[in-house]
Amino acid sequence: MDKAIKLRFYKDRIFKSGIILLTVLSTLPLLLILFYIVKQGITSINWDFFINLPKPVGEKGGGIINALIGSGIIVFCASLMAIPFGALAGLYLSEYNRDKLAYWVGLCVDVLQGIPSIVLGIIIYLWVVKPTGHFSALSGSIALAIMMLPPIIKSTEETLKLIPVTIKEASLALGVPYYKTILRIILPMGLNGILSGSILSISRVAGETAPLLFTAFGNPFINTNILKPMSSLPLLIYNYAGSAYEDWHKLAWGASFVLIMSILFLNLVTKILERRWRIQF
Amino acid sequence: MLFDQKNKTINNREDKKLHKVLLFEKIFQKSLGLTGIILIIILISIFITLTITSIPSIKHLGIKFLYGKAWNPVTDEYGALPFLIGTLLTSLLALIISSPFALSTAIFLGEYYPKGLVSNIFKNIIELLASIPSVVYGFWGIVILVPIVRNLETQLHVLPYGVGILTSSIILAIMIIPYSVSLSRQVISMVPPSLKEGAYSLGATRFEVIKKIIIPHTRSGLFASILLALGRALGETMAVTMLIGNSHYIPKNIFSPGNTMASVIANEFTEATGSVYLSVLIEMGLLLFVVTTLINISGRQIIKRYILH
Repeated sequence: MDKAIKLRFYKDRIFKSGIILLTVLSTLPLLLILFYIVKQGITSINWDFFINLPKPVGEKGGGIINALIGSGIIVFCASLMAIPFGALAGLYLSEYNRDKLAYWVGLCVDVLQGIPSIVLGIIIYLWVVKPTGHFSALSGSIALAIMMLPPIIKSTEETLKLIPVTIKEASLALGVPYYKTILRIILPMGLNGILSGSILSISRVAGETAPLLFTAFGNPFINTNILKPMSSLPLLIYNYAGSAYEDWHKLAWGASFVLIMSILFLNLVTKILERRWRIQF
Repeated sequence: MLFDQKNKTINNREDKKLHKVLLFEKIFQKSLGLTGIILIIILISIFITLTITSIPSIKHLGIKFLYGKAWNPVTDEYGALPFLIGTLLTSLLALIISSPFALSTAIFLGEYYPKGLVSNIFKNIIELLASIPSVVYGFWGIVILVPIVRNLETQLHVLPYGVGILTSSIILAIMIIPYSVSLSRQVISMVPPSLKEGAYSLGATRFEVIKKIIIPHTRSGLFASILLALGRALGETMAVTMLIGNSHYIPKNIFSPGNTMASVIANEFTEATGSVYLSVLIEMGLLLFVVTTLINISGRQIIKRYILH
């Protein structure tokens, strides 16, 4: 074969192996992180870990019950606010996508998605914490709810856009009013997309720390009152990761393990939902 | 006569029903539109709140906020230059570190293996990188990465802090890979097959097709994906706060500790006493908000134009 052609083939092969090498290398961090978290986290997990409060420095054991309850409550309240509103806004964007207002709303969602989470923390501090005079779990939930909106809106919009117009037209042709067509036909068909978008957004905000720093603030005790400061898993990890004590690091590893596992589980649920319920036309 | 009467009442009843339906229709459409308006109001009031609350700082410092080097809350001196430099340095370094990896992964997933098992595995792994919480990245960085960097620093004979610009840039680079990959992969897979086939039929190798057809064709899209990743990196808070070392001086080199705008806010916001101090931190938040918003909008605009093309 001609030498020049051979050289080109070599170049091609070297390039391909380079690409594969770099791709494999970029998956390495995830595997390393998961490996360390599982390795360190699994040893610190036992029954006591789930039912006890963190212990002061020097005492062995202790658990993260306050953060578990706190995370649950804060994320639950956030979803309660964000999911219905997000679904409606997504519906609006998919139905009125030729509106001028809809264009601005779409842009608005994009911008909201890009806002650094710490800035949202500041905003909710100024809107809720400062007027009420104290940190509260509710303010944390509001911050997280704003963060949840863009992904829910987008996944709702995209799912609903996939539904063929013919179905809507058939319903309208039978004389069904427009709002009934939307509520009874379009929304149920797109339910899987809304659901998977919502679960995905829950998994995204479950690990958020920055917006909770000045809102939910953290609390070393069990608290179920949403108007009082509350701890959450990411806040606990942040507080204990920076300390120099081995026992606290152990708690943080355990909390990271629980957090990562629940996020992975939620991700898995989304994947299954998307696969099983994908609209088929 | 009687028949007519009957018909009229029926018509009347149906009119009422229709009227009711039309009313519902109106309410429904209005309330849908309302959600959109609320979203716009939220965004605008975020901007207005940030601007209004940072007025004391703007009045007190003026433009000096941007180039002042001293940061001393006790004497009410606030210069944000060290943090601006810290933010730019960490983000740019993170982009430089992550770009080769992100680009090759995008080519791998968009061109070499767009479908199939291999592609699915890698796609999922990269997506999972985005779902790991930033605080966990930070914690992992403290325990695993800091000792490694410290070792490197002792070998290079610089002060072995361990934490610093480089450490946080490495973590940031890992964190932004999924954002640039997901977009650039889509852009690469959208290159028209006819273009590629034309090149292949002329005897081009795959490398030549990628270099001379795919990359030039997708240039603006790839640029936008990097831009959006930059927007992410600028605002990233927790991992950077845990790894950057929190020093209030301008970093001398990439090994020295520093601070970013986001990390200063995270560290000092709850401790900020005095209205000017708080307002300065909020002004920093405003700056962050404006910059990331501009980057986001321009990135999305480029993508939109690319897709319409």
